[in-house]
Amino acid sequence: MNRVPITLLFLATWLAVFGQTQFPTLGIPLDIRPALIVYAALTHGMPTLLGIVVVSSLGTDALSANPIGISLIPSFLPGVVLNLQRHLLLREQRFAQVWLGLSTGIAVPLLTWSLLQMETQPQPMGFNLLFRIVLLGILNAAACPAFFVLFDGLRDAFEYKPIAEMGFRSDREIKRGRT
Amino acid sequence: MIALAVVLLNLPPMAAGRLRVAVSSLFLPLFGLAGSFQSLADQAAFTPLTRSTLIAEIERLRLTQQQLQLSDMQGRAALEENARLRSLLGWQPQVRWTHKAARVIGREPTTWWRTLTLDFGGRHGARVGQPVLTSDGLVGRIREVYPLTCQVVLIGDTECGVSTLVRETRDQGLIQSTASDPIGEGVVLLRTLQHSPGILAGHTVVTSGFGGVFPPGIPVGQVVDTRSAEGGLYTEVRVRLAARLNRLEEVWVLTQKSP
Repeated sequence: MNRVPITLLFLATWLAVFGQTQFPTLGIPLDIRPALIVYAALTHGMPTLLGIVVVSSLGTDALSANPIGISLIPSFLPGVVLNLQRHLLLREQRFAQVWLGLSTGIAVPLLTWSLLQMETQPQPMGFNLLFRIVLLGILNAAACPAFFVLFDGLRDAFEYKPIAEMGFRSDREIKRGRT
Repeated sequence: MIALAVVLLNLPPMAAGRLRVAVSSLFLPLFGLAGSFQSLADQAAFTPLTRSTLIAEIERLRLTQQQLQLSDMQGRAALEENARLRSLLGWQPQVRWTHKAARVIGREPTTWWRTLTLDFGGRHGARVGQPVLTSDGLVGRIREVYPLTCQVVLIGDTECGVSTLVRETRDQGLIQSTASDPIGEGVVLLRTLQHSPGILAGHTVVTSGFGGVFPPGIPVGQVVDTRSAEGGLYTEVRVRLAARLNRLEEVWVLTQKSP
């Protein structure tokens, strides 16, 4: 199996973590990690998903005021549920990708905020925080189908294509008549 | 994964700090690239300026510099007089502060904290608790220090309480974040220590210096409106911050001057 698509997926995760610290829009960081987790969960195996979760969570925690490691479980849970149930999901349909991006984009920050309540005192839940989490969900709903188009295209470009075999094989041909 | 999370969350503070430095250093090349692009963009913005515009700008800056030199001389004289009077009265000498410039290289990647990352770390003299401000007013204080960068917690965050007073009425209070604060719009909530009906919209809020973190007199913002809280026990004051926290590019870090 070609390693280039997986390497590019990890590179995108690294850039996505950095991008959160650079381009705040409407007062929210551009956190598109949940959309990447959805893509990794639905198209790759468990080791790749675990790698993406560890890179994205530890990176975010290191660059933020979060206790390091707090967002591992909130990022892992939606990913592992999607990965285990992916045979039941219409993952190639655009509307399914949008809904999965939306729900994961809301679930990951909500779960992280809930876990933080046990460790420290983040900003209490109010209208403003809820509004920004919903905005993050909408952002991931838009990003998720885009990632499927981008990374599926990259995978098609870099992975080895199966050799097209013809049905006809001269060595198996049944010769008619006497030779 | 759960075991890894449990181990990481129970790391001793020293080990957790080292891990944080190690992981965040993986992003240093990207921070460096972003800084270079920013510098290039800034330089490109000056390219279309004409010679006459630049000469006019130099003249304006020269005038401003002369005015500032005069103010500086008056300030120094006042400081010396203050020091003499303090020594006559036997009061403790005031802590002298100096400032160092730093550039904002990153913002908080989560939605529930309010922090910034500066290109000013332990190697440049950064220490935990140092106040950070702009020429407009207070920004926050340094929360964590790494070798090349530091993390600043902004005013209005749950971790950055500021002891303040209203300059006109001398009413004291504390700025702390709550769920209803309109975070992101530059407005924070100030709770006075007692009922203060004299505070009016437009009054100036400055640091009081009582918290021990911020020196007194740094502008924090202006009063937007007030309301009586807890049956008139104290007053809640909405304060529009003087510094525009969502558009910060360069800041000043205050460091204590050695005597």
